[in-house]
Amino acid sequence: MSPVTKKSANPVPIKDRMKVPRHLMPEQEPEVRAHNFEEVNLGYSPEVAQEEAQRCLECAKPTCTDNCPVGVKVKEFVELIVAGDFLGAAAKIREDNVLPAVTGRVCPQEDHCEGKCLLSKKVKPLGIGYLERFVADYEQRMGTHVLPNVPPTGKKIAVVGSGPSGLTVAGDLIQKGHKVRVFEALHELGGVLVYGIPEFRLPKRIIREQLDYMREMGVEFETDVVVGRTVTIDELMEEEGYDAVYIGTGAGLPQFMGIPGEHFNGVYSANEFLTRINLMKAYKFPVYDEPMLDLHGKHVAVIGGGNTALDAIRSALRLGAAKAYVIYRRSDAEMPARAEEVHHARQEGIDFQMLTAPVEFLADNKGWLTAARCVRMELGEPDVSGRRRPVPKGGSEFDLPLSVAVIAIGTSANPIVQSTTPGLGTNKRGYIQADENTQKTTRKGVFAGGDIVTGSATVILAMGAGRRAAKSIHEYLTTGNW
Amino acid sequence: MFKIIHAQFLAPGIKRFVIEAPRIARKQQPGQFVILRIYEEGERIPVTIENSDRERGTINIVVQSAGKTTNLLNALNTGDEILDVVGPLGKPSEIKNYGTVVVVGGGVGTAMAYPTAAALKRAGNRVLSIVGARNKELVILESEMKEVSDALMITTDDGSYAEKGFVTDKLKQLIQNGTRIDLVVAVGPIVMMKAVAEVTRKENIHTVVSLNPIMIDGTGMCGGCRVMIDGKSEFACVDGPEFDAHRVNFEVLVQRNAMYRDAEQQSMADFQRAREAAHPDDDHACAGATGAARGGER
Repeated sequence: MSPVTKKSANPVPIKDRMKVPRHLMPEQEPEVRAHNFEEVNLGYSPEVAQEEAQRCLECAKPTCTDNCPVGVKVKEFVELIVAGDFLGAAAKIREDNVLPAVTGRVCPQEDHCEGKCLLSKKVKPLGIGYLERFVADYEQRMGTHVLPNVPPTGKKIAVVGSGPSGLTVAGDLIQKGHKVRVFEALHELGGVLVYGIPEFRLPKRIIREQLDYMREMGVEFETDVVVGRTVTIDELMEEEGYDAVYIGTGAGLPQFMGIPGEHFNGVYSANEFLTRINLMKAYKFPVYDEPMLDLHGKHVAVIGGGNTALDAIRSALRLGAAKAYVIYRRSDAEMPARAEEVHHARQEGIDFQMLTAPVEFLADNKGWLTAARCVRMELGEPDVSGRRRPVPKGGSEFDLPLSVAVIAIGTSANPIVQSTTPGLGTNKRGYIQADENTQKTTRKGVFAGGDIVTGSATVILAMGAGRRAAKSIHEYLTTGNW
Repeated sequence: MFKIIHAQFLAPGIKRFVIEAPRIARKQQPGQFVILRIYEEGERIPVTIENSDRERGTINIVVQSAGKTTNLLNALNTGDEILDVVGPLGKPSEIKNYGTVVVVGGGVGTAMAYPTAAALKRAGNRVLSIVGARNKELVILESEMKEVSDALMITTDDGSYAEKGFVTDKLKQLIQNGTRIDLVVAVGPIVMMKAVAEVTRKENIHTVVSLNPIMIDGTGMCGGCRVMIDGKSEFACVDGPEFDAHRVNFEVLVQRNAMYRDAEQQSMADFQRAREAAHPDDDHACAGATGAARGGER
């Protein structure tokens, strides 16, 4: 963990690096961006990127790589940035991460690479996410990719779902010379990256570029295929000749709280709310046909404290909401959302009602939402998650007037693949059982990873599962050992 | 892209399309549906599968003009293409030998009821079918239903064909005549399904209805299609679309299907204005279009 003194291209002496503050990410002004869907962060310039890269302490045992679910060689790519070889840096990241422009934007770096950066003892950690984003965008602007050249193995893999874990599997396996075809249920590729994460955090253009690159590498894609309904796993293997299948079908049906009034008009699940906006472009109605409720001048609240909750409420603000609340039953410290998103949301004027939970939705006589009846909470003893359990405070009930409420408290397993694949083991909650190291399921030749195994998690954790799966699929296909 | 092999109006505003969709054709079972999108800016709508042909790799869908999307769809013809067709979605109907089954089809719902009636007949049931429509012109699939039914009864609201009245009148008659009924399957407008449920509830006859809530992805992701069953949320796309009629909260379904009425009416009005500007003499443009867009689609 201690900094080393080996010769490096970095002109800044190690002892001085601890004194340089982290370079700020240029961003759209909060009052401007609260009314548009353009990206919040604008990205480093090459000069700033190099200066930021020079802060790296070049640790002998870098914790950044150890804490990365896909094992990006951070120190090496940062050194290449210091040396001015931005394309080399991008290629270095791509050895471990097929979606750098995505993770550079949406990864919770504070929980992974930047979490234990030595710099944070004195100043803020190295801007690893910002640097990753910079080189990925630079590579894209240059329009040059180094295409891997590998002999074909003659093996065929079906990937079910084109979200972050499926794309990781596809990207890794195509580079081993296997044939890969990705099946997607929706009409657009990208999974949660297109239906879930809004334009202001991850522009769709970025995903399209990553997909184009994968096509260039030879990955095939087929949309409008709901595996389990349109074709089953067994049919893919027995009739269509796939040697292995990877299931990465992602988050399932939204959970509701089970409180009175959740069926009122104006109460959305976050998945539906975000799908209308991101996938169906309902915010461009009537140019696009999919409608959504007009939020102009309305009071809107999201219930939940994760990234999905913040994506939903910040979208509502951009769609004209006069008041935009986050209702979260625990406190700031327990909020699972990415730190930068919470910070951005506060800057934009989102009203955080912490330690608060709705107990009932109220409506007019036609079934349209008018308010959420809420109760204030206090934190008690830790619960099974290790976080302090919120306990309602007696007599604290109040009504928060609302036209739209978005419920973002998590999802449960989508049953379609499990219920149509005999012998595929699931756990008590209906998620697919897969080995933690190999992602092998209980069915020979079938692997699974991402949210359909773990329940709702992050893009990078799904990608980590995809990496492990690709490695063991390759092993299985080359050795035949299960 | 999915090619339309054949397109034909079955009734004013109700059109049948034969679409090349080999994967769906191979898997389609009675009770299932597809979701389609006709152009880039289009919405995703659920549509009934009336039949399929595995060998030819085609499915038949039946669409009633109601809102903008269904009107645009029904303007398509043989040789045109549909951008996205995904399915077959939803759980298939539970087909077994129940004994005597009454299959009720209301309006365009008859197209959804037909494959189920056919499968129930093949499974050895005595199938008594009741088809209802507003008027003579809107009675569809009469010969098809006749072929798979031991008896076919038809009612029209205005009496312009067969018997004047509602499907529930016929159902009540069957019950009063002492017909032993083991199962009722009803597909049609919500008011009709609700009325059927009320009739059979009193008689304790197991009744299945196919629900048509608002739906986006149809694959168990968005949760937009939630319906209230026994006071709890279930999802029509993965738990349905068929549910025990006596457990369905139809009021909530009606209320939720009205959620986008303003937007739907705006879309339709814009669309009609645009079409009238393009074809000022065409006064048949919106045959079949009535009130609420949602719910007429399936």
